[in-house]
Amino acid sequence: MFAFIVRRFLQAVFVMLVISLIGFSIQHQIGDPVRDLVGISVSKKEREALREKLGLNDPFFIQYGRFLKKALHGDLGRSFFYKKPAVDVILSKAPATLELVFVTSILVIVFSIPLGIYCAIFPKKFLSRLIMGASVVGVSIPVFLTAIMLIYIFSVKLGVMPSFGRGELVHIGGYWYSGLFTWDGLKHLVMPSIALTSIMLPLFVRLIRAEMMEVLESEYIRFAWAKGLKPKRIWFVHAFKNTLLPVITVGGVQLGTLIAFTILTESVFQWQGLGFLFVEAVERADTTLLVSYLIFVGFVFVLINTLVDIIYGLVNPMVRITGKK
Amino acid sequence: MRKLFSLGLGILLSLCLFGLANAKTLRLAMDADPVSMDPHVQLSGGMLQYSQLVFDPLVRWTQDMKFEPRLAVKWERLNPTTVRFYLRKGVKFHSGNPFTAKDVAWTMARLKKSPDFKGLFEPFAEPKIVDDYTIDIITKGPYPLLLNMATYIFPMDSKFYTGKDENGQPKDAIVKTGPSFANSHESGTGKYVVAYREQGVKWILKAFKDYWDKNSGNVDEIILTPIKNDATRVAALLSGDVDFIMPVPPQDYSRIEKNPNLQLITMPGARIITFQLNQKRRPEFANKKVRQAIVYAVNNVGIVEKIMKGKATPAGQQSPEGFLGHVPELTPRYDLAKAKQLMKEAGYPNGFECSMIAPNNRYVNDEKIAEAVASMLSKINIKVNLKTMPKAQYWDQFDARAADIQMIGWHPDTEDSANYTEFLLMCPDEKTGYGQYNSGNYCNPEVDKLILQAQTETNVEKRKAILQKVERILYEDAAFVPLHWQHLSWAASKKLKNAKDIVNKQNFPYFGNLIME
Repeated sequence: MFAFIVRRFLQAVFVMLVISLIGFSIQHQIGDPVRDLVGISVSKKEREALREKLGLNDPFFIQYGRFLKKALHGDLGRSFFYKKPAVDVILSKAPATLELVFVTSILVIVFSIPLGIYCAIFPKKFLSRLIMGASVVGVSIPVFLTAIMLIYIFSVKLGVMPSFGRGELVHIGGYWYSGLFTWDGLKHLVMPSIALTSIMLPLFVRLIRAEMMEVLESEYIRFAWAKGLKPKRIWFVHAFKNTLLPVITVGGVQLGTLIAFTILTESVFQWQGLGFLFVEAVERADTTLLVSYLIFVGFVFVLINTLVDIIYGLVNPMVRITGKK
Repeated sequence: MRKLFSLGLGILLSLCLFGLANAKTLRLAMDADPVSMDPHVQLSGGMLQYSQLVFDPLVRWTQDMKFEPRLAVKWERLNPTTVRFYLRKGVKFHSGNPFTAKDVAWTMARLKKSPDFKGLFEPFAEPKIVDDYTIDIITKGPYPLLLNMATYIFPMDSKFYTGKDENGQPKDAIVKTGPSFANSHESGTGKYVVAYREQGVKWILKAFKDYWDKNSGNVDEIILTPIKNDATRVAALLSGDVDFIMPVPPQDYSRIEKNPNLQLITMPGARIITFQLNQKRRPEFANKKVRQAIVYAVNNVGIVEKIMKGKATPAGQQSPEGFLGHVPELTPRYDLAKAKQLMKEAGYPNGFECSMIAPNNRYVNDEKIAEAVASMLSKINIKVNLKTMPKAQYWDQFDARAADIQMIGWHPDTEDSANYTEFLLMCPDEKTGYGQYNSGNYCNPEVDKLILQAQTETNVEKRKAILQKVERILYEDAAFVPLHWQHLSWAASKKLKNAKDIVNKQNFPYFGNLIME
């Protein structure tokens, strides 16, 4: 296990190195950060002086080398726009996204498992067909449309839900300001998490259904039926456990994707998280922040995949994680 | 910062606990929040809007483009290069320090150090302090726009900003990309004090109890939230989560107008949208007849009606009404038959192919406008290959003169006609900086001469004649393709009684004067 984790750690470092190199090489394509820092009528000379001061005129490898040297000390540079270390900015925005993803994950888990199992066990029933039909609709409506529809119905027409932002926050500690502990904060969480759930839930319902149906066809389940086990035991213990493996794999990848790309939901709801941060950083050509963000997301992906691999071993002892000989 | 943060949080909490019995709170949503608390860090609409809240200028613009006394109570011209300003007495900064002429001189010296403002304040020499409440503002030569520039002098508390902060950095340092004392602290004379600020998330501004102007509005607190997404910003207003939004996306104008609880306020602005035809890249564009043909082929009245939904003013020249250089007879000139005729006369009856670039998130409907113009030009057989891109990439392309036809919008910082030509149409010159955004390379020595003359002409009538002459020459030469002047738009709850009186062409709403029900 230890060797496995060390190996994964090295992998993470490598991934982040590669991402930083890619991020660094594309940053010049994104635009000129200096343009966003000065008014339009400012002379070329002044802009050039600022570029020089920020070290943007140095050759690529000198800039990259300087970046790496600082990165080794945990300093990914300073966001041009926020005027603060990029790491601080990312950490201060991360709780917003994590809370949103957390609530969404709970919603997805709570609804997808029973619905998926139901559809697998009774594939021909009317309700199952309805769920499957609804899931196609759910997958095909883009999330920003769902979000705008929610705002239109519940904020504008009915006036019962707040339309934007995170509401009242409570300071938990460090960078963490949470909206999970106030009524107002929870109310603000409702619509963004529903919007986000609307794309994730159908995917998981369908996945669980398909996997479970396959398992239900397998030899050992038939044997279990022949043996005269109770249906509940067959469905929920023997069949469901084996359904979980592929679901966890996809779930892990999707969780990473959720954290990284809540972009649309966050921009519609003015949710001040990482997705929103990313969009704004691109627009402002805040390149330091952008590169730090990419590195952070790369790290999150590796971390989640590692956790998924560990959980794998717990769910199915047949799977031996690499490194454990 | 941490202290400021917890202070803000404390205020927030206490507000929630005790409720706001009588206090009037304005909830304001803009597309972006000001980037700093230092008014000199950037010359941008957002920063000037902030300055109007927290600081006071010497004079400010009224809705009909006159000057209104603020920290200067009156002024008189002593000689062609000097204007004497008499300052208001009994004014206090947020720190408690009294406001005097010394602060004005100090602020002007700082403006000359700011990379963004130093260009505008280039014509100014060192001011002379006469006594505590009298100051002579002196220009290096005769300068007609001295008062226009006085609207940018927001005196800062010289005592408060002097010395070193805890990092050993001078308190008056102007820092664009890092922390500085002025970026996170303020002491102005304005109606509002920044009580809490989390950049990009929320600002809380509280009325300053010692504010000098007792006849101002009745808003005690402003909560400013940036809401970037257009649809969300409008939804926040419609649902009553905010009271005032700016800007308003054109597609939502009618929805807001129809709502009985809301008011839509629009006003013609001074930002003109134009296309420049690059004569260096395309020999065809060096031919005046081709340029004229293009201007005749572009139906900008149609663009305003169809794409801008009537919320823009079609233009035939650079200066909008109310500007000195405005010539009423220079109107839009769409005439397709004439355009075709001109192309034939120029020797291009079969047209040619050329490239065009435009931003897609900088001006209102910029991408759609560019598409419309491209298709209009196809009617005179000019095949346009259009490429649009986000503003972050656009300006590099613009500076590189990457296409034959390039879009640019311009609002003069000086609120004066000459500024358009100085940046957009004077012969490009690296040394003087004139023609910095002249991607068409239009170069007419007569225009240059007239503009330079206008810069030092202090007689208003004479200056008006010069600037009007420039507009006529540019019109005849078809130096650029004029489209329209964008309208400014704001929308507010009807609770805000005088919302339509506090806005202006500069887009600096004077929230200090707002009266709330």
